[in-house]
Amino acid sequence: MNKIVNDFSITVGTKNGSGSSTANNTILRAIFKMGIPVSGKNLFPSNIQGLPTWYTIRVNRDGFIARQEKSDIVIAINPDSFAKDLASVTPGGAFFYADDIKQPIERVDIAIYPMPIKSIVKNDPNVPSDFRELVGNMVYVGVLAQMIAMDLETVKAALTFHFKGKQKPIDMNFNAVRAGAEWAAANLEKKDPYQLEAMDKTEGLIMADGNTAAAIGSIFGGIQFAAWYPITPASSLAESLNDFLPILRKRDDGKHTYAVVQAEDELAALGMTVGAGWSGLRAMTSTSGPGLSLMTEFAGLAYYAEVPVVVWDVQRIGPSTGLPTRTSQGDLTFTAFIGHGDSHSVILLPGDVYECFEFGWKSFDIAERLQTPVFVLSDLDMGMNQWMSKPFQYPDIPMDRGKILWEKDVEELKGNWGRYRDVDGDAIPYRTIPGSTHPLGSYFTRGTGHDENARYTEDSETYVRNMERLARKQQTAKQYVPAPILRETKGATIGILAYGSTENAILEAQDKLDREHGIKSDFMRLRAIPFTKEVDAFIEKHDQIFVVEMNRDGQMQQILYTEYPQFATRFRSVAYQDGLPAAAKWVREGILAKYESVGGKKPNAKKTVAKAKAAPAGKAAVKKSAGRTK
Amino acid sequence: MTETLPMAGAPANVNAVGLTKNDYRGFPSTLCQGCGHNSISNQIIAAMYEMSVLPESVIKFSGIGCSSKSPTYFMNRSFGFNSLHGRMPSIATGALFGDTRMKGIGVSGDGDTASIGMGQFKHVMRRNVNLVYIIENNGVYGLTKGQFSATAEKGLQLKKQGENPYMPVDICMEGLISNATFVARSFAGNPKQVKELLKAAFAHKGIAVLDIISPCVTFNNQENAYHSYAWGKDHEEPLHEISYIAPRSEIMLEQEMMEGEIREVDMHDGSTVILKNLEKGYDPTNRYQALHALEEAQQNNWLLTGLIYVNTHKPSLTDIYNLVDTPLNRLTDAELRPDRAMIDKVNELMF
Repeated sequence: MNKIVNDFSITVGTKNGSGSSTANNTILRAIFKMGIPVSGKNLFPSNIQGLPTWYTIRVNRDGFIARQEKSDIVIAINPDSFAKDLASVTPGGAFFYADDIKQPIERVDIAIYPMPIKSIVKNDPNVPSDFRELVGNMVYVGVLAQMIAMDLETVKAALTFHFKGKQKPIDMNFNAVRAGAEWAAANLEKKDPYQLEAMDKTEGLIMADGNTAAAIGSIFGGIQFAAWYPITPASSLAESLNDFLPILRKRDDGKHTYAVVQAEDELAALGMTVGAGWSGLRAMTSTSGPGLSLMTEFAGLAYYAEVPVVVWDVQRIGPSTGLPTRTSQGDLTFTAFIGHGDSHSVILLPGDVYECFEFGWKSFDIAERLQTPVFVLSDLDMGMNQWMSKPFQYPDIPMDRGKILWEKDVEELKGNWGRYRDVDGDAIPYRTIPGSTHPLGSYFTRGTGHDENARYTEDSETYVRNMERLARKQQTAKQYVPAPILRETKGATIGILAYGSTENAILEAQDKLDREHGIKSDFMRLRAIPFTKEVDAFIEKHDQIFVVEMNRDGQMQQILYTEYPQFATRFRSVAYQDGLPAAAKWVREGILAKYESVGGKKPNAKKTVAKAKAAPAGKAAVKKSAGRTK
Repeated sequence: MTETLPMAGAPANVNAVGLTKNDYRGFPSTLCQGCGHNSISNQIIAAMYEMSVLPESVIKFSGIGCSSKSPTYFMNRSFGFNSLHGRMPSIATGALFGDTRMKGIGVSGDGDTASIGMGQFKHVMRRNVNLVYIIENNGVYGLTKGQFSATAEKGLQLKKQGENPYMPVDICMEGLISNATFVARSFAGNPKQVKELLKAAFAHKGIAVLDIISPCVTFNNQENAYHSYAWGKDHEEPLHEISYIAPRSEIMLEQEMMEGEIREVDMHDGSTVILKNLEKGYDPTNRYQALHALEEAQQNNWLLTGLIYVNTHKPSLTDIYNLVDTPLNRLTDAELRPDRAMIDKVNELMF
């Protein structure tokens, strides 16, 4: 039998709340430690216990680690999803299942491996009976390890990390892993082609989730205040602040240079954050779509009163409560124009876990420099899943606290200053900070109409002047937001514009489009709104620009239409959302569906057909996504 | 301290920090002539002047409504934040972390607090934010021209609105139930009491709820209305005569008041609030008695005024957080950004 090495996908079907995430993360980390590029995506229900949940792992020697819409290896532990899990195995694939599940198995095109999980755990006298289900998950890790040649030493390293070096749980779990492996060695015959072989492609990398990275980044950005309200998938961002602040901002006197407040709701969370930002603190809140809806009124106030705050939106699918545990890029247009009246937001768009860290600290510099709310749009896939990442790097520039006048500055100006005066011509005024003891240092902040000296006014001309300045400030913002990442290909005929967590899927789709269809593409990953001059140049250069995003309506494309009306006909929306992390397949098929050949040259039709034949499900999906992306 | 007392020969109208009453004024009021809110603003000015509070050490907060406009009408030298309808508490909660040496004075209304802001009102109580929370309570929405508010009594008749069919919210009761550490009620038509309660509230560490019945001369001042001058004057039932005694000058009191009827409350800053009981045995440190008094007043249709409840032993929100002595908003970059070496430590903590 041919071996397929370091190029396959694994799906584990378990019950929510059964403790399988430890086992699944262990598999992920063990493969990572073997030096093989890997990703893991937790596809879980909004439920505490009992509903089916899946974990998908993509192993790829070439570094294409976007989620794959196929499962070469399936591990079925949950009777409720057993039939579905069995049906999902790719032909020629492998199916591992807990042998206490007595359900018919009629497939003959795959390798079938029963696993006596319950009896193995029962036979270990060191496992207390109430730990059997938890530890039982480790048996499938062991069986899998044996069958695909996963290194048990790296499994042990993963467990040691997970249990923070505590010997008792490490031993209990590792014994179950070893028991599973030993049982498989003695009883199972390898009948599938999938195998791991150690590489050196993850050397120097770390594994982390985006919410943790964002929290750590914020701490290196000097965060002083955070207010938040629990919401999936953002909660772990604020919780990570609580985990890491005491470590990273520890002082000899035991006192704190920060405060994290759990608010009564998201209205109050942003309200407190705005209060803190106004009083001179680096202030942040983190939420997801439903919470952002509640924050809308304060976002408008912060924009109009020019209060620096950072708002993280770890996106999930809406509208309304939507699918609370599924990923999305559906909050973009809402955030871009958040609030009633005229407004436009400064938005940062991290594309991976490292950028969650980087924008964690940069967002404060930008917010304080511009004196405006900065929204950072992450998503569930980045926020909650473990990603490979380059190590976090110390900020390469000093903190930028923006334009602040303290007592001596006000004294030098002899009190002649105005909160909303545009002194420097960049539309950014100077502010003073509560606590300033200069008798002429204070001002009165309001969400009502105000003049250059922050006095109440309903004067039309003053209103217009102020709003025009705010519009100019958005132009100034272009100097401060992160530039996009451009990946050019020689001979490219199309451009791809995307943002956020879709990058891995796009890189893989680009590779396939080139190799199988002869379509070469340039790829620009947007990292901020407003758009910088690099984006202008990219759009001017390409006749066909595919805007790839995870939402129904093509929200980035809508914004591009309004920003670049003269190039509106160049944009082709490849927008798709089903709540699952981006996959190369829908990106590629979405692009093919709208691709116009240059000079009558068609994409390589033969190969497309051949591909569709090999994966019958693919053809239906072509139609589906073509229908969705008109 | 002697050095902060006015020097011999200094103008008589200068207080201990060298300021005149004018230094505590704001812009001219744009509220209606005779509005109870103006009288409250004047008492804030008087109280702050008499207490020799530096205006720069106060932050003014408000929400939206007639009441919330009033921070413009006092203490121009203080920072102020006129925020969103019903959201003053959250703004104040965050802002008061900036420099914990500062004290908040918040002015809200009955709509701002008891309707749209009820949630934030309750939570700012339980957090014990260091804020004087004044509710200028008139039972009516003024800026939108006279709709019922949530504190309007059942059966109140208003032009255009007809009869109020709902039971009212009792702000003091809500404050008490939410574990506020200072709850008082007063009547704008009793300026002396308003001023003394303001002083006591300002000296209190933590949240101080001050529900001040403040008649709306335009929309709700009929003689039989609970929130009117006439009704208030007829039905006011003061619990005690209240005097605020500044820190370190607790001298003459005992001569003035008779032993046995006097309750003294020592405030955190060393000042004392002296309550001369009118009703025998009322103890404002007894929460059970306070709830009882409020319930009794409601049953008997009394406008119960005075210091209803006080607890000086609870830490304020910012106390709980064990913050550094330097105000957070004056910390240097070096104190905020971890050392370079910490980045390696963090990477080691990742897998």
